[in-house]
Amino acid sequence: MKKYTYTESKDTRSGFGDAMTELGESHPNVVALCADLVGSLKIAPFIKNHPERFIQTGIAEANMMGIAAGLTIGGKIPYATTFANFGSGRVYDQIRQSIAYSDKNVKVAVSHAGLTLGEDGATHQILEDLAMMRAMPNMVVINPCDYNQTKAATKAIADYHGPVYLRFGRPVVPVFTAADQKFEIGKAWMVNEGKDVTIVATGHLVWEAIKAGEILEQKGIDAEIINIHTIKPLDEAAILKSVKKTKCVVTCEEHQANGGLGDAVAQVLTQNFLAPQEYIAVNNSFGESGTPEELMVKYGLSAENIVAAVEKVISRK
Amino acid sequence: MQTKELQDIASQVRRDIVRMVHGCKSGHPGGSLGCADVVVALYFQQMKINNRKGKGGFISFKMDGTDEDLFFLSNGHTSPLFYSVLARRGYFGAEELGTFRKLNSRLQGHPTTHEGLPGIRVASGSLGQGLSVAIGAALAKKLNGDDKNVYVLMGDGEQQEGQVWEAAQFAPHHKVDNLVAIIDYNGQQIDGSTDQVMSNRDLKAKYKAFGWNVIDIKEGNNMEAVVAGLRKAKRLTGKGQPVMILLHTEMGAGVDFMMGSHKWHGVAPNDEQLAAALAQLPETLGDY
Repeated sequence: MKKYTYTESKDTRSGFGDAMTELGESHPNVVALCADLVGSLKIAPFIKNHPERFIQTGIAEANMMGIAAGLTIGGKIPYATTFANFGSGRVYDQIRQSIAYSDKNVKVAVSHAGLTLGEDGATHQILEDLAMMRAMPNMVVINPCDYNQTKAATKAIADYHGPVYLRFGRPVVPVFTAADQKFEIGKAWMVNEGKDVTIVATGHLVWEAIKAGEILEQKGIDAEIINIHTIKPLDEAAILKSVKKTKCVVTCEEHQANGGLGDAVAQVLTQNFLAPQEYIAVNNSFGESGTPEELMVKYGLSAENIVAAVEKVISRK
Repeated sequence: MQTKELQDIASQVRRDIVRMVHGCKSGHPGGSLGCADVVVALYFQQMKINNRKGKGGFISFKMDGTDEDLFFLSNGHTSPLFYSVLARRGYFGAEELGTFRKLNSRLQGHPTTHEGLPGIRVASGSLGQGLSVAIGAALAKKLNGDDKNVYVLMGDGEQQEGQVWEAAQFAPHHKVDNLVAIIDYNGQQIDGSTDQVMSNRDLKAKYKAFGWNVIDIKEGNNMEAVVAGLRKAKRLTGKGQPVMILLHTEMGAGVDFMMGSHKWHGVAPNDEQLAAALAQLPETLGDY
């Protein structure tokens, strides 16, 4: 098992905010919009440097999505920011008609996705957004795993023309990917090569998958770990290549089992190469209040859960 | 352009509308006819648009609309009107109007950029979204130092959508004063009169309270009054407030038996009704 260490922990949203600060200088057409959550999205430095390129919409997310669509007509690259809950389900039709169907170059960049939003509870813990956005034609869906990857993704999507849904999170988590990484939309990252099982993970679950890989190594199981940061378009070739080798897969995501990364992987496998699959995901349930760590354990998203799923899926080979 | 010329264009556009809707046995003639005068006046008189010709002698359409006035149709179901005006203005050939709502057409039931039809800048149909998009386009013009204006047409029934009021609140707060919004104030919607279905109450007072500069065009189907009203609206731009026009129209205007009720909101005429309608609308520019 390849060793991954970290010297600091940071929130992924800070990766977003710091990238926006850089984009403020490098991309004069980048504009930021926010629905009254500037502090949470970490974009205060962008606003300080470029007040004229920031649009405060107030608590009105539907209007924010429409304004973002309109801004693209004049050549702007708008980043529409809020919590993931309010930037997906609440405004699905606005994103669908005014942005995706209209082929507008809007970046829907949303924080506080998933259970790890923590204490605010289920009203704010969106666990269905990947499914919704995956189903939308013309939408790119990205869920980075740490500060560095979020920063790299935020910058990369500025140079991609088309609508993007970029979701990241609130909690402070280990920074284990390279600061100078090249982020390629739709390209999987091989975290660890192995032969016994494929673990496909996205977002905060990538670190859990690495911890699981270390535990599995102690048990004599050689896990291949793949990070899928781009849920759509999915790197089907990387997944198929790995599963053809290992003959089984565990998918890991901070999202409902219905419609997320696991289903995206299953869709590829059922049409190309049948193999047993286990899901690490929330099972048809809303979240609740608690600390991020407590919630990850209670809802079965921890490294220990991944280890158990690996043992089960190997037994099904 | 003289009022008479604009009236002639509007007459042809109305012919196009009823023929298009008849041709596919579906679509929305009522609102399309009611707004014909204002959209003709915008495209043939009021708005500064790029007239450079490109392929096939048609207007070379640029999505970014730099140094052009822009128009957005929020009540997208009046697509027959929009398509007819775009064709007659020179964005594409009038013969394409015959493909409206048919398979493989660029003239979808509701307007879209998806099929590459020149003149369309955003999809609309799901109501309540156009004002927000128009605000975004107006803000981009300000950021780009482009002094042209943005126009958007909405329905009065559409005012029941919550997003409209999010946008209504935003535009005055951010002093989006290169924006002229127009409400087709015909008092009708699918299920009946707006007063019966969900009253707008005093729209003028509402928009004034939100911070808009509101004017009326009392005779929204009188070309002279429409042109004068649009000129007045333009004079009010650039003064720190967005401008709202309450355009008093009659649904179905120009075809007597379609006027005065909501019944022709979304119904196509049969052959006899088409003939009766066309008999009231002089063919001025040649049918497609």
